Amino acid sequence: MDRRSFLRKLLSSLALSGGVLGGFLRILPARALETAEPAKTLWGFGVSVDKCIGCARCVVACKTENSVPKEPFFYRTWVERYMIPKTGEAEVTNIHTGLAPDAEVPSKPIFRSFFVPKLCNQCAHPPCVQVCPVGATFSTDDGVVLVNDKTCIGCRYCIQACPYGARYLHPETHTADKCTFCYHRLNRDLLPACVEVCPTQARVIGDMNSAASPMTRFKRMNKIFVLKPNLNTEPKVLYANIDGEVR
Amino acid sequence: MALPDRTSLATVVRRIASFMKKPFSKLPEALVRLLIVFAAVIGLTIVVVKFVIPPRFKDTRIQWAETTEKEAAKPLRYAGAVACTECHDEIVAEKKKGYHRDLSCETCHGPTKAHTEDPDNIKPPAPRDRKFCPVCHTFNPSRPRGFPMISPVAHNPMKACFTCHNPHDPKPPTVPRECSACHGEIARTLSVSHHVQLKCTTCHKVPARHRVSPRVVKPTKPASRDFCGKCHGQESSYKGSPKVDLATHGEKYVCWQCHYPHLPEVE
Repeated sequence: MDRRSFLRKLLSSLALSGGVLGGFLRILPARALETAEPAKTLWGFGVSVDKCIGCARCVVACKTENSVPKEPFFYRTWVERYMIPKTGEAEVTNIHTGLAPDAEVPSKPIFRSFFVPKLCNQCAHPPCVQVCPVGATFSTDDGVVLVNDKTCIGCRYCIQACPYGARYLHPETHTADKCTFCYHRLNRDLLPACVEVCPTQARVIGDMNSAASPMTRFKRMNKIFVLKPNLNTEPKVLYANIDGEVR
Repeated sequence: MALPDRTSLATVVRRIASFMKKPFSKLPEALVRLLIVFAAVIGLTIVVVKFVIPPRFKDTRIQWAETTEKEAAKPLRYAGAVACTECHDEIVAEKKKGYHRDLSCETCHGPTKAHTEDPDNIKPPAPRDRKFCPVCHTFNPSRPRGFPMISPVAHNPMKACFTCHNPHDPKPPTVPRECSACHGEIARTLSVSHHVQLKCTTCHKVPARHRVSPRVVKPTKPASRDFCGKCHGQESSYKGSPKVDLATHGEKYVCWQCHYPHLPEVE
């Protein structure tokens, strides 16, 4: 074999195998055209703190819709009352869900006060999913963190790991339970129960990837804050007009 | 290369056989048996894990897909406000005009999915006593400014709310003379302050539209320092009020930007 034929064969075989390999790995431009899918739904939740009147209808509706035990401290969503004195620490109480109005009297003269609705933040980087030893909790494609109650062993790691205190151990199933943004309602084009009953529209929900959704408007029109941003959990529950005292 | 003849083939086979025997022949027989048992157990485990256990027991992705489906298929209790409009269009039309326009039917009437499935036999409750409306409308200082609040003890204690207010189009039977009907927090603060004798309209001009669209049309606030100066300026003839020199005191600010007029400081 002379040098010329050797080089010719080498180059042609390289080009041929490169083409075959490229076709196999699909690195050719055809692949780039293929992946132009429409943006997926990404559920987001907005809370306007200055609109909340603390009536706890959301808490009652959530408990009814999702069969959350009525008593004593099991919540998928709850409402906190912040009372900020002139000096010193803010007093935070969980408002109760009964019909009689709150009779609690603050221990100090109050400077300003407000209600803060809370729920699972459906983090993009959820600590609860990281710690689950059996892979029972996970993020769906549309951004909701769910619990598989068939494989959950009730070890409570996720309840400890959640920085927002959004999880509880269901006393009947003995598995972890939490807000799902009313996943069954979203899938039927209905609002979550809490959003449905909120009398002052303090809660909104919508697709954050959509160009026109209540959530897109909420993000455009408000100054947005998330709870505990320093933890880098990237919550999908966004708060508007919230006080710096809120933890 | 020529093919090997029979005798050489037999030699090769014998050699391979003796090679295979060699490692085992040096081990004690008990250990060889144990190794065989181990191999059998490992082989059986592989077979069981690979072929006997169904994939949905092993693969979390299948489990997650099942959970997502199960979660999406859970039963409803709240039907959603759109469902109500199909039959109750008159009430919906009435409600659309009033202050309760953004209120969902199920906020007061409770979950109605069962009612939509069997409208004749299952009726959602309508709260008619004095316990329900105060859930939202009792005075509570934590509620946002301007939200209509009353004290249920003082506000017509023996009457049910709906005798005076239509819950589908609630408005006061008469236009409230007092601002405290909505601005309860300010009224209470003012009642313990030195300004208790002042009327709201002394300082605020209230457009008539404010009563219809309270969040859109807002009352005015004093726009000049001279307004407070009428009582608190050095030249004022009014006795019994603290006086300041308007020319030197807090020059670029309007008074209420530092002093809260509903509870001015005592000193």
